Amino acid sequence: MSTLVFTGRVWKFGDLINTDLIMPSKAFRLPKKEQHTLCFEAVRPEFAREVKPGDIIVAGENFGMGSSRPIGEVMRGAGIAAVIAESINGLAMRTCVNSSLPAINCLGVSALFEDGDTGRVDFLSGKIDNLTSGKSLQTHPMAPLLAEIVAAGGVVPMLLKDGYIHAEPFIASSS
Amino acid sequence: MGMTAIEKILARTSGKDVVRPGEVAVCKPDIVLHIDLPMAIEGAWYKPKKIFDTDRVVMIFDHAVPSPTIKDASAMAEGRRMAKEFGLKRVFDVGHHGIAHVVAAENGLARPGELLVCADSHTCASGGLNCAGRGAGIPDTLQAMTKGIVWYPVTPTIRYEFKGKMNPMVCGKDVFFHIAQTWGGHGNTSIEYGGPGLQALTVADRRTIATMSAEVGAEFALFDYDELTAEYLKGRLDRPATPAYADKDADYLDVRTLDLGDVEPYVVLPDAIPKNGRRFSEFKESVRIDQAFIGSCANGLIEDLRVAAAIVRGRKVAAGVRFIVTPGSQAVYLQAVREGLVETLVEAGAVVTNSTCGACLGYHMGVLAPGEICITASPRNFKGRMGSSDAQVYLGSPATVAASALAGVITDPRTDPGRA
Repeated sequence: MSTLVFTGRVWKFGDLINTDLIMPSKAFRLPKKEQHTLCFEAVRPEFAREVKPGDIIVAGENFGMGSSRPIGEVMRGAGIAAVIAESINGLAMRTCVNSSLPAINCLGVSALFEDGDTGRVDFLSGKIDNLTSGKSLQTHPMAPLLAEIVAAGGVVPMLLKDGYIHAEPFIASSS
Repeated sequence: MGMTAIEKILARTSGKDVVRPGEVAVCKPDIVLHIDLPMAIEGAWYKPKKIFDTDRVVMIFDHAVPSPTIKDASAMAEGRRMAKEFGLKRVFDVGHHGIAHVVAAENGLARPGELLVCADSHTCASGGLNCAGRGAGIPDTLQAMTKGIVWYPVTPTIRYEFKGKMNPMVCGKDVFFHIAQTWGGHGNTSIEYGGPGLQALTVADRRTIATMSAEVGAEFALFDYDELTAEYLKGRLDRPATPAYADKDADYLDVRTLDLGDVEPYVVLPDAIPKNGRRFSEFKESVRIDQAFIGSCANGLIEDLRVAAAIVRGRKVAAGVRFIVTPGSQAVYLQAVREGLVETLVEAGAVVTNSTCGACLGYHMGVLAPGEICITASPRNFKGRMGSSDAQVYLGSPATVAASALAGVITDPRTDPGRA
């Protein structure tokens, strides 16, 4: 399996960042390539403008609490490469992993980073480094099955490869 | 060491004798519910080429019914096409629709001891009937309905032992609020509910509590199976179900006793639920409301409409308040018509809408404007959840919402001055 190591600018969030903040329901009606423009709009309006490909989200407790909406796709669409939180909601974890956005729980990660620091996360070893401060933390590595799904590009490419689904996403007509 | 009921379901469906916390179980679902919303979100859905079992994949339209936009209409047209292509045996199209979790319970699709998959976060609703259903995502459901697999981390389980019984004007919703207030979040743990007080909780209350368990971040939430479950399911199941029971020596992270007599009505303040509630005896603020809502998978049941109608009977909704009542399914709607509840509610000045998820997720049928305040018996109070992110959403039981709709301010249903 390929390595799952990511280095990028850290966007730091607090506790209880829920799905509706990550993807408000009005984004459901936008074309996929525009859905990320509302990401974190209510709590961090500059995020969508300033986020760069490869950036990392660091969050507090219960990140992604809420609904089944495709938050992994939306954060990936914004350019986010990895999510680290004190605790990630179980549904959010599966939504991220199934969309090939690696996510990991790490106690103490909020104190490890300031917003704008450069972080590095190795999902297979569980080592998290703040390259700005030089400090590090060790957490549980990602479960092998989940790492395999991320490395395969998510559930959709896996199903496509095995012939279970059509190649192009279904687009409901809006006119 | 024995297994919890949830571990037993995960073990059976993953073809193992035993599963333990820390493992990831790859399971074969017993039933998959497919709803409209995944097909309406652009880029989220891929048309299946295969269906793992046409008896076990069920189409239910709920989030945007009847369609408020062309996009939703097109999504449901695709659902109908797909149902026809694969010959799905059970399709709950407009006219037979309802909120998936309500329809599943009514039609014997949420079966004791089984594993149910649906791309909705309140799928844990099925736990009220001893059916394991953890909220899943859209890719989960796609994989479940095509390849017939779904993965779950096996997590530790917390068990609640109920005792005693609830006081008047206390609802199942308040029991959940009490849990969320007392113990806070339950992230990365499953919940089992049982104990001698279980017999004092109606199946409707259990379904509310199971549904709400998503809001403390629980994985699975499962009620023990008993005579009341059996009575509810009588005539609804088309094949026998095998309830899941925990072993006597099952390993729990914690076992907590909850005296239902200690629970009083709560109001939950906007933006979050765990540790964000107030017992009405400690809530002295006067909060003016613009909208009151009863509906959703948590509180759109006939029992909830009965509570609302009993409170508003012969009285009027406060001036300036929109009281919206959304039955959880066509079956609930019809029953409410037959019992005269719709007449009572409409006479009081309520709007009784078509059955749908609707206002709960701020999608249609009661969206909030900036600055507005809503008290709701739906499950979620996130910022922006029911419309504008500048609106405020308070949570309460159906009794609290109905009493508040009459008073125009958030009101303890026990102190409702007009109550006989």
